[in-house]
Amino acid sequence: MIEFINVSKSYDGVNVVDGLNLRIERGEFVVVIGASGSGKSTLLKMINRMEERDAGKILFNNQEIDTFNVHALRLRMGYAIQSVGLFPHWTVQRNIATVPQMLGWDKAKIQQRVIELLTLFQLDSATYLTRLPHQLSGGQQQRVGVARALAGDPDVLLMDEPFGALDPATRAALQQEIKRLHQASGKTIVLVTHDMDEALLLATKIVVLNQGRAVQVGTPLEIVASPVNALVVDFVGRSDTGIKLLSLHTVQHLARAEAAVEGPHVAADASLREAVSLMVMQGIAQINVHDAAGRHCGVLHAADVWGLGGTAGAGTASADETTLR
Amino acid sequence: MRWRLHTNPVSLVLSLAAVAAVLGMPFLRVAANRLVSGEPVFLGAMLHGPARAWVMVLLALLVLMVLLSLVQPSKPVLWLQTAMALALLGGALVLAGMHASQIAPTLPPFARTSLGGAWWALVALMSLTAQHAVQRLQLAGMARTSLLLALGIAIGGLLLSGGCNDLSIMKELANQSDILWAATARHLLIVWLALMPTLLIGVPLGWWAYRTQAARQAMFAVLNVIQTIPSIALFGLLMAPLALLAAQFPALAQAGMSGVGLLPGVIALTLYALLPVARGALAGLEHVPSAVRYAALGMGMSHAQVFTQVELPLALPVLLTGVRTAAVQAVGLASVTALIGAGGLGAIMFEGLFSGAQDLVLLGVLPILLLAALTDAFFKLLVRLAQPVQP
Repeated sequence: MIEFINVSKSYDGVNVVDGLNLRIERGEFVVVIGASGSGKSTLLKMINRMEERDAGKILFNNQEIDTFNVHALRLRMGYAIQSVGLFPHWTVQRNIATVPQMLGWDKAKIQQRVIELLTLFQLDSATYLTRLPHQLSGGQQQRVGVARALAGDPDVLLMDEPFGALDPATRAALQQEIKRLHQASGKTIVLVTHDMDEALLLATKIVVLNQGRAVQVGTPLEIVASPVNALVVDFVGRSDTGIKLLSLHTVQHLARAEAAVEGPHVAADASLREAVSLMVMQGIAQINVHDAAGRHCGVLHAADVWGLGGTAGAGTASADETTLR
Repeated sequence: MRWRLHTNPVSLVLSLAAVAAVLGMPFLRVAANRLVSGEPVFLGAMLHGPARAWVMVLLALLVLMVLLSLVQPSKPVLWLQTAMALALLGGALVLAGMHASQIAPTLPPFARTSLGGAWWALVALMSLTAQHAVQRLQLAGMARTSLLLALGIAIGGLLLSGGCNDLSIMKELANQSDILWAATARHLLIVWLALMPTLLIGVPLGWWAYRTQAARQAMFAVLNVIQTIPSIALFGLLMAPLALLAAQFPALAQAGMSGVGLLPGVIALTLYALLPVARGALAGLEHVPSAVRYAALGMGMSHAQVFTQVELPLALPVLLTGVRTAAVQAVGLASVTALIGAGGLGAIMFEGLFSGAQDLVLLGVLPILLLAALTDAFFKLLVRLAQPVQP
């Protein structure tokens, strides 16, 4: 859907993006991660031409992006930024309706879309439609910001550190909401962040960027299990790589089909990290697994979890993916 | 425990000054005709005249005002002060009118009874006292406006009732009323003609200054210099090129262009008004959060859309504050354009000055002051209405 071919960009002779090649497929949730100055934000802004590249090509739906009218191009790409930038003189409704109005949708359709989006982001439309941005909390503002970016039903959603300014609890809630949104809508999303936990939680594909080059591109599991160099290892976090790995697996894949044992239980779709945490707190080596309906469906053994770590450490990406399936 | 006097120093000074003015300056002047300066009439002398009861009320109110300034300014005291100051304002007018009417039959036909120094001082000091008290009462905007409106209606009613018709300024008004209305309309026309091009040029200038640093420095350097040129000198500077153009191109001369008259006046006022308007536009645009502008562009708005839908509405309150300054300034400066034949209220004022008729000067000046105050109030209201977000 979006393809970077040998794209470069420099400011004052310093390359911020340096011969970048990258393919983003339809429906992917791509998280670009890097330290500040790694060029990650520039990469994102080149997609909707808020920054112009110096060299190379960027294709959007197999067409060079320069062949589009720049405003028409941006109307097809939702854009959410860290500072939100809601229009302070417009109500929540009018803010969200910005792009649909520019696209010339009829009134009823716009109204329906606005309410649909508010509901999606768990904002009561009766209360919030007529609010002004300054009457909202930071988290609510960012929800409206993302809703506004999605309002025109764009082909792709671009997000520039959208949760960076939020408190941890609000950030976690919004991460869950955006993850749910991706799973439900299958929309292509490109998100920029410096937070590896956020990347591991959300991404279907992670791009680790350093000095304008893609150091490693892969699934969260590949990044954690087989980092290509010390820089990626540093990003993942040297001391708790194992814990990170656990958060990428769900309980159901390792559960043995056994009769219930004494003690607590975890949900089948919980991460191994949650399960292990519970087992450590309870001082137990086995824990029951319940499915979505609350029925017993197996037992998770600590020994199996430790075994997983071993394979990963030794590991190839394919081995890990087998485990995942 | 030490006993402390909770004085209100501001109103004490104001009311003591009012007492001193009333005792030391003539309240009215009686002259044989409109051009000579006349004999002073003190308030003390008026005690023996026909309006003695009113004089005593006025003096009593003044003394009470001084005493009230010695009391701790609680809310009821401040309200009482406001009411008394306003009563003194109206009372001064009533008293002057009454005295003039009562002595009129005893005077020759061309004699004039005009307002004296004590009258003007009393009115000015009591206005300040009322303003001070209202400020300390911290009234909401609406309450203030209605108080001002009530005062305006009361004074208007007094003047219309005919009770003051024997005061010389009212006689002058009766003689000149046709000229006055025409001059007021002309004055407003000059201001309007100057403000329109100012907005059309000044707002884009402010936008340009916002976009480019270099333009900003050069532009404000020029506008600041223009602002320092005295108005008469600016008229002089415009006279030669305009006269030359009119001489070169007869069509322009036929369209009304000449070195004197309306055109140079309007051009000069426009040049003066550009600085506050351009500065207001620039400040307004700088006041728009950059994230908002950035998000608007990122969503696909064109620069024109960003300007009309986002920047202008958000910059409007600050921009209008600049326009307010420009408009009030233009109302004042428009009086000077009378010197080059543009007309307006300034023409009445200068005619009075040149012929030594003080009442005629007042007849020109008072409407200018009133227009300036009304313009100011009007734009204040606009600024409030343009405020999109109530903080």
